Amino acid sequence: MPAELRKLVTIVEETHREGECAVTPPTRRAAAVAVIRNPHAGRFQEDLADLIEIGKTLGALLAERAVAALGIDPHSVESYGKAAAVGADGELEHAAAILHPKFGAPFRKVLGKGAALIPSSKKRGGLGVPLDIPLGHKDAAFVRSHFDGMEVRIADAPRAHEILVAVAIATSGRPHPRIGGLTTAQVIGEDGLR
Amino acid sequence: MPEIVLRKILVQIEEIFHEGGPAPATPLRRGAICAVISNPFAGAYTEDIAGFMDDLKPLGRDMATRLVAALGGDPARIEGFGKGAIVGEAGELEHGALWHVPGGYAMRELLNGAKAIVPSAKKVGAPGTRLDVPITHINASYVRSHFDSLEIGVPDAPRARELLLALVMTTGPRIHARVGGLQTTDISKHDGLR
Repeated sequence: MPAELRKLVTIVEETHREGECAVTPPTRRAAAVAVIRNPHAGRFQEDLADLIEIGKTLGALLAERAVAALGIDPHSVESYGKAAAVGADGELEHAAAILHPKFGAPFRKVLGKGAALIPSSKKRGGLGVPLDIPLGHKDAAFVRSHFDGMEVRIADAPRAHEILVAVAIATSGRPHPRIGGLTTAQVIGEDGLR
Repeated sequence: MPEIVLRKILVQIEEIFHEGGPAPATPLRRGAICAVISNPFAGAYTEDIAGFMDDLKPLGRDMATRLVAALGGDPARIEGFGKGAIVGEAGELEHGALWHVPGGYAMRELLNGAKAIVPSAKKVGAPGTRLDVPITHINASYVRSHFDSLEIGVPDAPRARELLLALVMTTGPRIHARVGGLQTTDISKHDGLR
């Protein structure tokens, strides 16, 4: 484990009922969250190459943890998302350095594919700040049934000098999707959009 | 008595590597499982509710089994436990107390007849309410290194007519425990306390 890692958290959520109506089979989704030390907390650092490399490591690690927490074949993941929260002494750009340049490729490699942009969110916050991780279909961003989000929080993080980094994955769309739009059956999955 | 109507299961596992001090060889794991079920007594005062404790027993056993599995699968590695309940606003605190027997005995049975009382917390709350579930050693409540707690919750539960039931387990002492008191090696009375 990299020395910067303080804590790893996985959360698995199964929904058996929604709208007073059974969900069969239950929808399942998972988040994996790392709490890491922010090497640039409290000062301006022009070069964020080290955080970019941390992003590469975490993209694989968190994807593997989330898949393992669901106990599934990684190819059965249908949607994904990512998010980060920097502690009080960090900069939003630190979250961006982790999430955007190199995080996606190892994440997609774990899942076998992932033509779509990985939807993301980032913020600054204190201990226990909730992260709303956006979720979208991994091969076709316009699949409307898979527009979703998962809220996670860790009571004791991020401290001022830490960063929370998270992924979320799901094996289906929302429970009882029924607002039309592109369906999974119509996915071509080449341009990442449809 | 009423059947159990399950809406959601959430499993949360934390792996703690350090908290600023020397990292132990084996990271500490802390886990929680939360079940969101309908409260059959919501909205009116019912005198006779105690029979629901028996109805909850299979759910308690299932939750304890799933939590041990998520913590690695070996009941012998579980050293701390706790339980909690959050009652939705159309319910009564006493409805949360129904969880003491089925939640506690489910863990005790699975953990080879753990001797200590299972510490607990409960409250009435809105969706997203968090609960600090106390944790103590499974065989001797006075073991100071294992006094701990885990904040649990489900973002969209409990709704007004729901109960959120939780079990919590840990695989060891606090990550840098060093405030003295009774140690696991001092357990000798086998009375659940020391």
